[in-house]
Amino acid sequence: MTVGPEAYLLLSATLFTIGVAGVLIRRNAIVVFMCIELMLNAVNLTLIAFSKVNGALDGQVLAFFVMVVAAGEVVIGLGILVAIYRRRATTDLDDVNLLKG
Amino acid sequence: MVLAATAAQRAELVVFAVLAPLAVVTALAMVFSRNAVHAALLLVVNFFCLAAFYVLLEAQFLAAVQVIVYAGAIMVLFLFVLMLLGVERRESLTETIRGQRTAAVVLGALLLAGVTAAVLAGVFHTPAGGLAAANRGGNVQAVGRLLFTRYTLAFEATGVLLLIAGVGALILGRQGRDTGEQDSPRSADESQGPVRTGGFGVGASPDPISHSGRRGADRSAAQPPDRSGEPGEGDPRPAAVGAAHEIPTSAPGESPPPTTTPEASP
Repeated sequence: MTVGPEAYLLLSATLFTIGVAGVLIRRNAIVVFMCIELMLNAVNLTLIAFSKVNGALDGQVLAFFVMVVAAGEVVIGLGILVAIYRRRATTDLDDVNLLKG
Repeated sequence: MVLAATAAQRAELVVFAVLAPLAVVTALAMVFSRNAVHAALLLVVNFFCLAAFYVLLEAQFLAAVQVIVYAGAIMVLFLFVLMLLGVERRESLTETIRGQRTAAVVLGALLLAGVTAAVLAGVFHTPAGGLAAANRGGNVQAVGRLLFTRYTLAFEATGVLLLIAGVGALILGRQGRDTGEQDSPRSADESQGPVRTGGFGVGASPDPISHSGRRGADRSAAQPPDRSGEPGEGDPRPAAVGAAHEIPTSAPGESPPPTTTPEASP
Protein backbone atom coordinates (compact mmCIF):
# COMPACT_ATOMS: atom_id res chain seq x y z
CA MET A 1 0.00 0.00 0.00
CA THR A 2 1.10 3.52 -0.63
CA VAL A 3 0.87 6.73 1.30
CA GLY A 4 -1.89 8.76 -0.24
CA PRO A 5 -2.50 12.47 0.16
CA GLU A 6 -5.11 11.76 2.83
CA ALA A 7 -2.40 10.59 5.22
CA TYR A 8 -0.55 13.86 4.83
CA LEU A 9 -3.75 15.83 5.22
CA LEU A 10 -4.60 14.03 8.45
CA LEU A 11 -1.11 14.55 9.79
CA SER A 12 -1.28 18.21 8.85
CA ALA A 13 -4.65 18.59 10.56
CA THR A 14 -3.26 16.97 13.69
CA LEU A 15 -0.25 19.26 13.78
CA PHE A 16 -2.41 22.30 13.14
CA THR A 17 -4.76 21.33 15.96
CA ILE A 18 -1.86 20.85 18.34
CA GLY A 19 -0.62 24.29 17.36
CA VAL A 20 -4.03 25.85 17.98
CA ALA A 21 -4.30 24.18 21.36
CA GLY A 22 -0.81 25.37 22.25
CA VAL A 23 -1.64 28.96 21.34
CA LEU A 24 -4.75 28.77 23.49
CA ILE A 25 -3.13 27.01 26.43
CA ARG A 26 0.34 28.43 26.82
CA ARG A 27 1.03 31.81 28.41
CA ASN A 28 4.69 32.20 27.53
CA ALA A 29 4.83 34.43 24.47
CA ILE A 30 7.82 32.66 22.95
CA VAL A 31 6.16 29.26 23.19
CA VAL A 32 3.02 30.75 21.67
CA PHE A 33 5.21 31.93 18.80
CA MET A 34 6.57 28.42 18.36
CA CYS A 35 3.03 27.08 18.22
CA ILE A 36 2.23 29.59 15.48
CA GLU A 37 5.25 28.30 13.58
CA LEU A 38 3.91 24.79 13.99
CA MET A 39 0.59 25.84 12.51
CA LEU A 40 2.30 27.54 9.56
CA ASN A 41 4.29 24.38 8.90
CA ALA A 42 1.15 22.26 9.03
CA VAL A 43 -0.40 24.49 6.39
CA ASN A 44 2.78 24.21 4.33
CA LEU A 45 2.49 20.44 4.46
CA THR A 46 -1.05 20.71 3.16
CA LEU A 47 0.03 22.99 0.33
CA ILE A 48 2.82 20.66 -0.72
CA ALA A 49 0.60 17.59 -0.51
CA PHE A 50 -1.98 19.25 -2.74
CA SER A 51 0.79 20.35 -5.05
CA LYS A 52 1.59 16.71 -5.58
CA VAL A 53 -2.08 15.85 -6.04
CA ASN A 54 -2.48 18.50 -8.69
CA GLY A 55 0.74 17.68 -10.44
CA ALA A 56 1.70 21.35 -10.50
CA LEU A 57 4.33 23.23 -8.56
CA ASP A 58 2.28 26.29 -7.67
CA GLY A 59 1.56 24.90 -4.22
CA GLN A 60 5.25 24.60 -3.55
CA VAL A 61 5.81 28.19 -4.62
CA LEU A 62 3.03 29.27 -2.28
CA ALA A 63 4.62 27.29 0.57
CA PHE A 64 7.88 29.04 -0.22
CA PHE A 65 6.17 32.40 0.16
CA VAL A 66 4.64 31.24 3.44
CA MET A 67 8.12 30.44 4.68
CA VAL A 68 9.41 33.87 3.69
CA VAL A 69 6.55 35.64 5.42
CA ALA A 70 7.01 33.43 8.48
CA ALA A 71 10.66 34.38 8.64
CA GLY A 72 9.78 38.08 8.57
CA GLU A 73 7.04 37.55 11.12
CA VAL A 74 9.42 35.79 13.50
CA VAL A 75 11.99 38.55 13.20
CA ILE A 76 9.49 41.30 13.97
CA GLY A 77 7.67 39.30 16.64
CA LEU A 78 10.79 38.42 18.56
CA GLY A 79 11.93 42.04 18.27
CA ILE A 80 8.66 43.15 19.82
CA LEU A 81 9.04 40.53 22.54
CA VAL A 82 12.50 41.75 23.41
CA ALA A 83 11.25 45.35 23.46
CA ILE A 84 8.39 44.36 25.78
CA TYR A 85 10.78 42.46 28.00
CA ARG A 86 13.04 45.50 28.29
CA ARG A 87 10.08 47.59 29.31
CA ARG A 88 8.26 45.20 31.62
CA ALA A 89 10.63 42.30 32.38
CA THR A 90 8.03 39.72 31.42
CA THR A 91 7.18 37.43 28.55
CA ASP A 92 3.87 36.36 30.01
CA LEU A 93 1.02 37.23 27.72
CA ASP A 94 -1.35 37.95 30.58
CA ASP A 95 0.91 40.72 31.84
CA VAL A 96 0.82 42.48 28.48
CA ASN A 97 -2.86 43.30 28.27
CA LEU A 98 -2.64 47.00 27.41
CA LEU A 99 -1.60 48.73 24.24
CA LYS A 100 -0.01 51.38 26.41
CA GLY A 101 3.73 50.87 26.63
CA MET B 1 -3.61 0.03 -2.90
CA VAL B 2 -1.80 -2.96 -4.20
CA LEU B 3 0.48 -4.75 -1.84
CA ALA B 4 3.04 -5.43 -4.48
CA ALA B 5 4.23 -1.87 -4.48
CA THR B 6 7.48 -0.70 -5.83
CA ALA B 7 10.49 -0.30 -3.59
CA ALA B 8 10.13 3.45 -3.59
CA GLN B 9 6.56 3.26 -2.41
CA ARG B 10 7.49 0.83 0.33
CA ALA B 11 10.27 3.13 1.44
CA GLU B 12 7.85 6.04 1.47
CA LEU B 13 5.47 4.03 3.63
CA VAL B 14 8.19 3.11 6.09
CA VAL B 15 9.50 6.65 6.36
CA PHE B 16 6.01 8.02 6.81
CA ALA B 17 5.08 5.40 9.41
CA VAL B 18 8.18 6.25 11.42
CA LEU B 19 8.20 10.02 11.09
CA ALA B 20 4.51 10.87 11.31
CA PRO B 21 4.12 9.63 14.91
CA LEU B 22 7.43 11.30 15.73
CA ALA B 23 6.15 14.61 14.36
CA VAL B 24 2.93 14.36 16.36
CA VAL B 25 4.74 13.34 19.55
CA THR B 26 7.28 16.15 19.28
CA ALA B 27 4.52 18.67 18.63
CA LEU B 28 2.58 17.48 21.66
CA ALA B 29 5.69 17.45 23.82
CA MET B 30 6.49 20.97 22.66
CA VAL B 31 3.10 22.25 23.76
CA PHE B 32 3.27 20.54 27.12
CA SER B 33 6.93 20.99 28.01
CA ARG B 34 7.62 23.23 30.96
CA ASN B 35 11.03 24.29 29.75
CA ALA B 36 10.94 26.67 26.78
CA VAL B 37 14.35 25.53 25.54
CA HIS B 38 13.15 21.94 25.43
CA ALA B 39 10.13 23.17 23.49
CA ALA B 40 12.40 24.87 20.95
CA LEU B 41 14.55 21.76 20.50
CA LEU B 42 11.48 19.56 20.10
CA LEU B 43 10.24 21.95 17.46
CA VAL B 44 13.54 21.55 15.60
CA VAL B 45 12.96 17.77 15.53
CA ASN B 46 9.46 18.42 14.25
CA PHE B 47 10.80 20.64 11.47
CA PHE B 48 13.24 17.93 10.41
CA CYS B 49 10.35 15.46 10.20
CA LEU B 50 8.46 17.91 8.03
CA ALA B 51 11.51 18.30 5.79
CA ALA B 52 11.50 14.52 5.31
CA PHE B 53 7.82 14.68 4.38
CA TYR B 54 8.60 17.36 1.83
CA VAL B 55 11.15 15.04 0.24
CA LEU B 56 8.52 12.30 0.12
CA LEU B 57 6.16 14.74 -1.56
CA GLU B 58 8.77 15.54 -4.22
CA ALA B 59 9.51 19.04 -2.92
CA GLN B 60 13.25 18.70 -2.51
CA PHE B 61 13.91 22.43 -2.75
CA LEU B 62 11.43 23.21 0.02
CA ALA B 63 12.92 20.45 2.15
CA ALA B 64 16.29 22.13 1.93
CA VAL B 65 14.73 25.52 2.64
CA GLN B 66 12.91 24.02 5.60
CA VAL B 67 16.12 22.74 7.12
CA ILE B 68 18.16 25.84 6.37
CA VAL B 69 15.63 28.56 7.12
CA TYR B 70 13.39 27.00 9.76
CA ALA B 71 15.56 24.53 11.62
CA GLY B 72 18.61 26.67 11.11
CA ALA B 73 17.87 30.37 11.15
CA ILE B 74 14.48 30.74 12.78
CA MET B 75 15.04 28.29 15.60
CA VAL B 76 18.46 29.75 16.32
CA LEU B 77 16.73 33.12 16.59
CA PHE B 78 14.21 31.61 18.99
CA LEU B 79 16.95 30.12 21.12
CA PHE B 80 18.86 33.39 21.12
CA VAL B 81 15.83 35.25 22.41
CA LEU B 82 15.11 32.54 24.97
CA MET B 83 18.63 32.73 26.32
CA LEU B 84 18.54 36.52 26.22
CA LEU B 85 15.35 36.78 28.23
CA GLY B 86 16.26 34.12 30.76
CA VAL B 87 15.06 30.56 30.59
CA GLU B 88 14.38 29.67 34.18
CA ARG B 89 11.31 31.88 34.29
CA ARG B 90 8.34 29.94 35.61
CA GLU B 91 5.14 30.19 33.70
CA SER B 92 2.12 31.23 35.70
CA LEU B 93 -0.55 28.57 35.79
CA THR B 94 -3.45 30.75 36.78
CA GLU B 95 -6.17 30.95 34.21
CA THR B 96 -7.14 34.47 33.25
CA ILE B 97 -10.33 33.24 31.69
CA ARG B 98 -11.85 30.47 33.75
CA GLY B 99 -12.00 27.14 31.99
CA GLN B 100 -9.83 28.34 29.14
CA ARG B 101 -7.57 25.32 29.02
CA THR B 102 -10.44 22.86 29.01
CA ALA B 103 -12.17 24.85 26.32
CA ALA B 104 -8.96 24.96 24.29
CA VAL B 105 -8.54 21.20 24.41
CA VAL B 106 -12.22 20.57 23.62
CA LEU B 107 -12.24 23.03 20.73
CA GLY B 108 -9.00 21.62 19.41
CA ALA B 109 -10.44 18.12 19.49
CA LEU B 110 -13.53 19.38 17.68
CA LEU B 111 -11.40 21.01 15.00
CA LEU B 112 -9.40 17.84 14.54
CA ALA B 113 -12.59 15.78 14.37
CA GLY B 114 -14.06 18.12 11.78
CA VAL B 115 -11.04 18.08 9.51
CA THR B 116 -10.61 14.33 9.94
CA ALA B 117 -14.23 13.75 9.03
CA ALA B 118 -13.83 15.93 5.94
CA VAL B 119 -10.73 14.03 4.86
CA LEU B 120 -12.22 10.60 5.53
CA ALA B 121 -15.47 11.52 3.80
CA GLY B 122 -13.46 11.82 0.64
CA VAL B 123 -13.71 15.56 0.13
CA PHE B 124 -10.13 15.55 -1.05
CA HIS B 125 -10.23 12.11 -2.55
CA THR B 126 -8.19 12.44 -5.66
CA PRO B 127 -5.46 10.08 -6.69
CA ALA B 128 -2.06 11.61 -6.37
CA GLY B 129 -1.12 12.88 -9.76
CA GLY B 130 2.56 12.96 -9.06
CA LEU B 131 5.03 15.61 -9.96
CA ALA B 132 7.16 13.62 -12.34
CA ALA B 133 6.22 15.77 -15.30
CA ALA B 134 6.45 19.09 -13.48
CA ASN B 135 9.74 18.17 -11.85
CA ARG B 136 11.41 17.10 -15.06
CA GLY B 137 14.83 18.66 -15.15
CA GLY B 138 14.95 19.03 -11.37
CA ASN B 139 12.69 20.36 -8.67
CA VAL B 140 14.89 23.37 -7.97
CA GLN B 141 14.94 24.37 -11.62
CA ALA B 142 11.18 23.95 -11.95
CA VAL B 143 10.38 25.95 -8.83
CA GLY B 144 12.86 28.61 -9.83
CA ARG B 145 11.31 28.85 -13.27
CA LEU B 146 7.89 29.41 -11.71
CA LEU B 147 9.25 31.93 -9.22
CA PHE B 148 10.88 34.04 -11.89
CA THR B 149 8.11 33.88 -14.47
CA ARG B 150 4.60 33.60 -13.12
CA TYR B 151 5.33 34.79 -9.59
CA THR B 152 7.95 37.44 -10.24
CA LEU B 153 5.90 40.25 -8.73
CA ALA B 154 5.19 38.31 -5.55
CA PHE B 155 8.83 37.30 -5.34
CA GLU B 156 9.97 40.92 -5.54
CA ALA B 157 7.33 41.88 -3.00
CA THR B 158 8.69 39.32 -0.55
CA GLY B 159 12.11 40.86 -1.05
CA VAL B 160 10.73 44.25 -0.06
CA LEU B 161 8.92 42.61 2.86
CA LEU B 162 12.12 41.06 4.15
CA LEU B 163 13.92 44.38 3.82
CA ILE B 164 11.23 46.15 5.82
CA ALA B 165 11.28 43.35 8.41
CA GLY B 166 15.03 43.72 8.77
CA VAL B 167 14.85 47.48 9.21
CA GLY B 168 11.96 47.08 11.64
CA ALA B 169 13.84 44.54 13.71
CA LEU B 170 16.81 46.90 13.77
CA ILE B 171 14.67 49.74 15.05
CA LEU B 172 12.94 47.54 17.60
CA GLY B 173 16.22 46.12 18.78
CA ARG B 174 17.85 49.51 19.18
CA GLN B 175 15.25 50.56 21.71
CA GLY B 176 17.12 51.04 24.93
CA ARG B 177 20.15 49.15 23.75
CA ASP B 178 22.87 51.77 24.04
CA THR B 179 22.96 52.96 27.59
CA GLY B 180 25.93 54.27 29.48
CA GLU B 181 28.45 56.56 27.88
CA GLN B 182 26.56 57.09 24.65
CA ASP B 183 23.37 58.52 26.06
CA SER B 184 24.57 61.89 27.24
CA PRO B 185 25.94 63.20 23.91
CA ARG B 186 22.94 61.85 22.03
CA SER B 187 20.55 63.50 24.45
CA ALA B 188 22.44 66.74 24.08
CA ASP B 189 22.08 66.41 20.35
CA GLU B 190 18.39 65.72 20.79
CA SER B 191 17.75 68.92 22.71
CA GLN B 192 17.79 71.07 19.55
CA GLY B 193 14.09 70.59 19.08
CA PRO B 194 13.48 67.05 17.81
CA VAL B 195 10.45 65.75 16.02
CA ARG B 196 8.67 63.57 18.52
CA THR B 197 6.27 60.87 17.59
CA GLY B 198 4.86 58.30 19.90
CA GLY B 199 5.79 54.65 19.80
CA PHE B 200 7.84 53.38 16.91
CA GLY B 201 6.44 55.74 14.32
CA VAL B 202 9.19 56.85 12.03
CA GLY B 203 7.22 58.58 9.34
CA ALA B 204 7.26 62.03 10.88
CA SER B 205 10.99 62.38 11.14
CA PRO B 206 12.97 63.20 8.02
CA ASP B 207 15.77 60.80 8.93
CA PRO B 208 14.00 57.78 10.40
CA ILE B 209 16.86 55.60 11.49
CA SER B 210 19.00 58.18 13.19
CA HIS B 211 16.02 59.80 14.86
CA SER B 212 14.66 56.55 16.16
CA GLY B 213 18.13 55.68 17.34
CA ARG B 214 18.29 58.89 19.33
CA ARG B 215 14.81 58.33 20.60
CA GLY B 216 15.76 54.87 21.73
CA ALA B 217 18.87 56.20 23.35
CA ASP B 218 17.21 58.86 25.40
CA ARG B 219 14.28 56.64 26.23
CA SER B 220 16.72 54.20 27.70
CA ALA B 221 18.26 57.05 29.62
CA ALA B 222 14.83 58.01 30.81
CA GLN B 223 13.70 54.53 31.78
CA PRO B 224 16.06 51.79 32.78
CA PRO B 225 14.74 48.43 31.60
CA ASP B 226 14.14 47.01 35.03
CA ARG B 227 11.87 49.85 36.10
CA SER B 228 8.46 49.29 34.55
CA GLY B 229 5.41 51.48 34.49
CA GLU B 230 7.15 54.78 35.03
CA PRO B 231 5.28 57.97 34.30
CA GLY B 232 6.18 60.08 31.33
CA GLU B 233 5.45 57.79 28.41
CA GLY B 234 4.11 60.66 26.35
CA ASP B 235 7.34 62.58 26.69
CA PRO B 236 10.11 60.04 27.09
CA ARG B 237 12.55 62.68 28.27
CA PRO B 238 11.90 63.36 31.93
CA ALA B 239 12.33 66.79 33.39
CA ALA B 240 15.59 66.13 35.17
CA VAL B 241 17.48 64.65 32.25
CA GLY B 242 16.05 67.09 29.74
CA ALA B 243 16.85 70.12 31.86
CA ALA B 244 20.37 68.95 32.44
CA HIS B 245 21.02 68.66 28.73
CA GLU B 246 19.13 71.71 27.60
CA ILE B 247 21.55 74.00 29.37
CA PRO B 248 24.13 74.09 26.53
CA THR B 249 21.70 75.12 23.80
CA SER B 250 19.52 77.51 25.75
CA ALA B 251 22.46 79.35 27.26
CA PRO B 252 25.57 78.44 25.28
CA GLY B 253 27.74 81.13 26.76
CA GLU B 254 27.43 79.91 30.27
CA SER B 255 29.42 77.01 31.50
CA PRO B 256 28.14 73.88 29.74
CA PRO B 257 28.54 70.50 31.38
CA PRO B 258 31.87 68.95 30.45
CA THR B 259 30.31 65.73 29.19
CA THR B 260 28.43 67.37 26.35
CA THR B 261 31.09 69.77 25.04
CA PRO B 262 33.22 67.37 22.97
CA GLU B 263 30.19 66.06 21.09
CA ALA B 264 28.43 69.39 20.55
CA SER B 265 30.46 70.45 17.51
CA PRO B 266 29.51 67.65 15.08
